[in-house]
Amino acid sequence: MLADRDRVFTNLYGEHDWHLEGALKRGDWGGTKEVIHKGRDWIVNECKESGLRGRGGAGFPTGLKWSFMPKTSDRPTYLVVNADESEPGTCKDRDILRNDPHKLLEGCVLAGAGMGVGAAYIYVRGEFYNEATHVQTAIDEAYDAGLVGKNACGSGYDIDIYLHRGAGAYICGEETGLLESLEGKKGQPRLKPPFPAAVGLYGCPTTVNNVETIAVSPAILKRGAKWFAGLGRPRNTGTKIFCISGHVEQPCNVEEEMSIPMRELIERHAGGVRGGWDNLLAVIPGGSSTPCLPAPVCDTVLMDFDSLVAEKSGLGTAALIVMDKSTDIVRAIARLSAFYKHESCGQCTPCREGLGWVWRVMERMVKGEASVAEVDMLDEVTREIEGHTICALADGAVWPVQGLIRHFKPEMLRRIEEYRATATRRAAE
Amino acid sequence: MNTHGEGAPVAQPEDFEFAPENLERAKAHIAKYPPGRQASAVLPLLDLAQRQSGGWLPLAAMHHVADLLAMPRIRVYEVATFYTMLNLRPVGRYLLQACTTTPCWLRGSDAVVAACERMLGVAMGGTSADGRFTLIEVECLGACVNAPILQVNDDFYEDLDGPTTEALIDALRNGKPPPVGSLGGRSSSAPATGKTTLTEPPEPPAMQAALQPGEGGEKSDAG
Repeated sequence: MLADRDRVFTNLYGEHDWHLEGALKRGDWGGTKEVIHKGRDWIVNECKESGLRGRGGAGFPTGLKWSFMPKTSDRPTYLVVNADESEPGTCKDRDILRNDPHKLLEGCVLAGAGMGVGAAYIYVRGEFYNEATHVQTAIDEAYDAGLVGKNACGSGYDIDIYLHRGAGAYICGEETGLLESLEGKKGQPRLKPPFPAAVGLYGCPTTVNNVETIAVSPAILKRGAKWFAGLGRPRNTGTKIFCISGHVEQPCNVEEEMSIPMRELIERHAGGVRGGWDNLLAVIPGGSSTPCLPAPVCDTVLMDFDSLVAEKSGLGTAALIVMDKSTDIVRAIARLSAFYKHESCGQCTPCREGLGWVWRVMERMVKGEASVAEVDMLDEVTREIEGHTICALADGAVWPVQGLIRHFKPEMLRRIEEYRATATRRAAE
Repeated sequence: MNTHGEGAPVAQPEDFEFAPENLERAKAHIAKYPPGRQASAVLPLLDLAQRQSGGWLPLAAMHHVADLLAMPRIRVYEVATFYTMLNLRPVGRYLLQACTTTPCWLRGSDAVVAACERMLGVAMGGTSADGRFTLIEVECLGACVNAPILQVNDDFYEDLDGPTTEALIDALRNGKPPPVGSLGGRSSSAPATGKTTLTEPPEPPAMQAALQPGEGGEKSDAG
C-alpha cells in the first residue's frame, strides 16, 4: 500500500484547513519560485521523465502535451484547466477543488511557467457551486499573497488565473467543446486538427489539462520525476485518486499507487463488495465510458492503463462502478445509454440519431422485447457510430454497450427467450 | 439533447435590468476576459440574471445580457437553450434535482425520487401545489461515492435513502435546511467506517535538494 508520505492529496477528505494558511502548512507554495527558476525546458522535461499521463480519461503523456506549446508566440497563450467533471462514477476533481484548491493553483503557476502561458482559466462545472466558491476564495488569497499575478511568487513570471463556471453540459468536458463554451458559445466540439496547442482559446495556443493532472504536477516537480516514476509500473506511473462507487460496503475516494490490483483496491479501501467478493457481478473500471468487466477478470486485473486496455476496457478517470449479483446489468447499461443520448450535442448525425436509437433498443433489451438477431445488430450499429463523429462522446457512449454484449450476451438472450415464452403463454390463455 | 420550451407558454415579464450589485458582479466577470472577448461572460451573466429573477431566465433577461455583451440575441438564445442549468420557465423556491444516473441508481435513487414525489404530490418535472418545490431529474452530478444525491438549488445532499429524503423535504418546508453534504453521517468522500489512508498528520513533502526554498536555485530562462 502507498505510504502516507507518498500521497499528494493530503487533504483529500477536507479534514484540514483548505485556505492558504492550511495549504502552506502542508507544503503548498513552498519552493515554487525555485522550480520556476529551473526554467521552462527543465519543467517540461521533468514532467516527461515522471511518466505522468493525463488524468482526465484519455491518458495522453502530459509532458509531451506541454511540449507542443510554441516556444515563442506573438499571440497570447493559455492554460485551461478542465474541471467540468461529469463522467458518471467520477468525483475526484470535486475533492481537489473543495479541499485542496491551492494545490491546483500552484499547479497552474508551475505548468503555466513550463509552457510560458500568460493566463489560466479554470472551467468548473456549474453544479459545483460550493466547490467553485472555494476555488475563487483560494484565487483571491493567492493574489493577495503575491503568489499569483504579476511576478508570481517573486519569480519574475506573470500569470493570471481566472475561474469560469459552466452551466450543465457533459460535452463541455471535451476539450474543444470546453473552449467553445469558454468563448460564450454552445459547447459543440471542434474538428481536430488544428489542435488547441496551435489554435485553441480565442484562436491562440492553448493547453487543456484535467484538474488532477495539474494538481499533481507541483509534487512531481518538487520531489522529482524519479520519485513519481518509481510508483506504479512503467508507462503507468505515479499515484492516482480512485473513486469507488456502487455496490461496495464503503464507497469512497482514495489516493493509491497506480497499478494496484482492482480486488485489493476494493477490499482494502471500500470495505469489499457488498455480500463478499463472490457476490461480484461486474465492475465498470474507469467511468461510464469504459466497458464493464465480469467478475473473473476483476480477480486479477490491475488498475492501470495497460492492464485494463489488455482486457478491452480502460482506466479512463479511474472511477470504479461496482455491481453485485443483484444488479440488473442490462438496465444499468441502458441507463448510461440514456445519459449519452441526453448529453449528445447534436452536431454529428451518428451521435445525435444513433445514440437515441441505441437507447431505444437498449430499453427493449432490458425487457427482452427484441429478436435474437437484434443483439448482433446492436453491436454492429455501435461499431458504425464509433469513430465517425467529431469528438469521442459517441465512442464513449457505445463502448459500455459493446462491453455488455461482449460479456453478458447470454443474459440478454435469456431475457429475449423469457419475454417470448411469457408472451406465448399469455396468448394461449 | 436538451429539451427546453415544452409545455404551455410562459408569462414573460416586460423588462429586466441588473440590480446595481449584480451589475458590479457582471462587470467583474467581463473583466476576466480579454478586450473584445466579452461574449465569454455570457454564462456567468445568464446565471446572475437567473438568480435575480428567482431561479429562471426570462426573455427580457436574455435581451439585457445580449445588450450588455454586444451579442446578437440569437447567440444568447442558443446558449440559454443549450445548457441544462438555465431554466426557461419558472421553478419553485426549492429546485430539487435528483440524480438517477447509474451510480446513483445502484445506490437507490429510485427511493429518493419516490420519496420526493410522495412528499410533494407531484411527478417528475412537476411543481408542488404551493409552488415552493420543483422536482426534476438530472444526469450525473459528480459526487458518485456519496450516492444517491439530491441537489437542492446550489447544495448537494448526499448518501440519501427514502426516509432521509422525506426528512430533508420536511426540513426545507419548515425553513430549516440541514447542513449541506452527507445525511448519512459522514462529512466527505472518506469511507463511512473510518479512513484507510491519511492516518498520519500531513507533513510538507520532502523536496529535491536543489529546490529548497531560500537557497536560490540557479536562474535560467524562466517564463
